[in-house]
Amino acid sequence: MSEIGKEKEFREAMAAGKWRIQKSPSTDAYVYYPREIAPGTGADDLEWVEPSGLGTIYTYTVVNRRAEQGGPYNVIMVDLDEGPRMMSRLEGVENDAIEIGARVKARLSEIGGQPAVVFDLATGA
Amino acid sequence: MAKPSDLRGKAAVVGVATYGSGEAPGNTEMDLAIKASKLAIEDAGLTLADIDGIATCSTSNAMWPLSVIEHLGIKPSFIEGTCIGGSSFVEHMLPAAMALEYGICNAVLVCYGSVQRTGEMDRKAMAKARATMAAYDYETVYSPPMPVGAYAMAAQRHMHQYGTTRENLAEVAVAARKWANLNPEAFMQGDLSVQDVLDARPVSSPFTVRDCCLVTDGGGAFVMTRADRAKDLKKKPVYMLGAGTAAWHQKITNLPDLTVTCASQSGKEAFAMAGMTPAEVQHLMLYDAFTINPVLFLEDLGFCPKGEGGRFVSDGRIAPGGSLPLNTNGGGLSCVHPGMYGVYTVIESVQQLRGEGGARQAGQIDVSLAHGNGGVLSSQCTAILGTDAAL
Repeated sequence: MSEIGKEKEFREAMAAGKWRIQKSPSTDAYVYYPREIAPGTGADDLEWVEPSGLGTIYTYTVVNRRAEQGGPYNVIMVDLDEGPRMMSRLEGVENDAIEIGARVKARLSEIGGQPAVVFDLATGA
Repeated sequence: MAKPSDLRGKAAVVGVATYGSGEAPGNTEMDLAIKASKLAIEDAGLTLADIDGIATCSTSNAMWPLSVIEHLGIKPSFIEGTCIGGSSFVEHMLPAAMALEYGICNAVLVCYGSVQRTGEMDRKAMAKARATMAAYDYETVYSPPMPVGAYAMAAQRHMHQYGTTRENLAEVAVAARKWANLNPEAFMQGDLSVQDVLDARPVSSPFTVRDCCLVTDGGGAFVMTRADRAKDLKKKPVYMLGAGTAAWHQKITNLPDLTVTCASQSGKEAFAMAGMTPAEVQHLMLYDAFTINPVLFLEDLGFCPKGEGGRFVSDGRIAPGGSLPLNTNGGGLSCVHPGMYGVYTVIESVQQLRGEGGARQAGQIDVSLAHGNGGVLSSQCTAILGTDAAL
């Protein structure tokens, strides 16, 4: 007997329009990306929770893609307010205006036909 | 119980060679690995029949050691195939030294070959195959340019946190080029200024193409034996005084502080085994896949305080004529970078310790540090090497 894996659960939820991270009640730790047990502690009580969606840009890069392939785009790393760090894109901002430390807010979107969490600048958060 | 420091000086590198560095059209990765191996065995004054240990890996073949064993026609009693990226061949030294010390084997061949520049299975074809094989990883959807994007984001964070400048990073590339200009084997030669680096084609901010390693072919190999046997061989032995290996993550998002790599662990372990401090190291080979690498590793290995690496490399200290010769072959930035470059860090350290550096010889060197990096700052492997004067 085996239960389905966390990756499949996560991807099915994303396809249904729900982005969730994990929390271990016994250690109070949040986990993302989804894992079977909590990294470091091995806690096996991970449950799905809805994140606040708020975070702070930790670092970023602007990729110099050729114009005919779509032009430059950004890749950012966001420290979620819950703790985990994730990779994403910042939308709605010129690439040269991206700043480390900026507050951002998650939004479920699509990139290349795949569901993906992207971020917008958060005002007053 | 035995302790790590028992291994200090017990094994030695007795033969080294490179083959096909730069462009080697008409070769396979096996061709280059084997030709480099033959030369390294000859350099040691040994024959293929003496080789009873093998350490090798390839990013294109998960069971690569079997292919090498078959190609060589050997029946080894020690086999090491750990593949943790470009650091792998520095990693191989520690298990090789242990196997030698316990008498599991008597002579270990460490070898690598890559034709990622001119081969049919070139860098692009490999990237495509890997993307097909890789499991869903939560990040590919954002198209991070890997590996460069990971290092670029580490550099961006280092600049933000410590005031490191673009010019500081460019100094790493400029010093590497100055060394390359003294090395006939170096693939990229010619004048390169800080301004040239800054004005080059942007790749992934803050990096331009001159912050990034080359994409070349190349094979490299070295042979290790126990120290007592090394004394009777052809060349001056280079002893392994200390070694350490560390890995904390695979994806760059999982390194908690992008300005602190696990070289802080591998270096501590290597120095502890050697019973030495950074002040005793006269020559460094720090895997420079990108200009930020030596900056991070100098800090993490204890050569300067955290955050000072950019300024540390910016006064000519690491260039020819400087007080801390670093990446004296020209590095991955200007000499050669065949995918997993780590084997070259050991080879160049050995050549400098033997005094075989020719025009690029950095004076009389008795202690050198070879440091391999793998993945996206993921694995870090440090080896401290020395002549008999350092024993």
